[in-house]
Amino acid sequence: MTAESAAAVTVGPVRAALVISLTLVGSFFLLVGTIGLLRFPNVYNRMHATTKATTLGAASIALAGSVYFLPHGDGLMSLVTVAFLFLTAPTGAHMISQAAQRMGVPFVGGVRWPGTQNDVMADGDGETDD
Amino acid sequence: MADPAYLAVVDTVLYGALVLAAGLTLLVSYRVIRGPTVPDRVVALDTIATNVVAIAALYAIWTQQGYFVGVSLVLAIIGFISTITVARYVTEGDIIE
Repeated sequence: MTAESAAAVTVGPVRAALVISLTLVGSFFLLVGTIGLLRFPNVYNRMHATTKATTLGAASIALAGSVYFLPHGDGLMSLVTVAFLFLTAPTGAHMISQAAQRMGVPFVGGVRWPGTQNDVMADGDGETDD
Repeated sequence: MADPAYLAVVDTVLYGALVLAAGLTLLVSYRVIRGPTVPDRVVALDTIATNVVAIAALYAIWTQQGYFVGVSLVLAIIGFISTITVARYVTEGDIIE
């Protein structure tokens, strides 16, 4: 750590252990989400990987920042970042998946719309027309 | 005064997490370039925004500069607004009617 800015925050061993563990958990979930984004076969599956795993990773890293800064005001702002991520990630995922379904991006073969019996891949656009 | 030994561990872990997050952001750009459809690219750009939020938070801890937390929050807000805007543009054809 740089010597000039070391006077702002003093970190004990318990807080250092919390920051290390939260950072490691967040890095793991970022890695898992990126592998899912690169390897899954479809837009909907990739969105599942990114909006659960990557959001959890970024929120865990922001929580590490909150643990590190918390007697000061920056820790509260980091908690606001966590709450904002958990509020906005499902909203954005819902809007992108709705846009993809209206554009006619097909589902993976064998996947059916809930409550129907016909194969969604058969008519191509994902609409249920019964 | 000398720093305790665990601060070096914190420094190493934060540096490794920064390098990992930057490399993962580069990997996500593959999906931006080669994504078969437009929603793939939107999902990948949203993931890049989330990764940059994590990078800003890690940089705030690493340099002990608290105002980078504000950078992280503003980047989260901008990523959400851009995702909503592009999804609405793809669906509706325009953004502000």
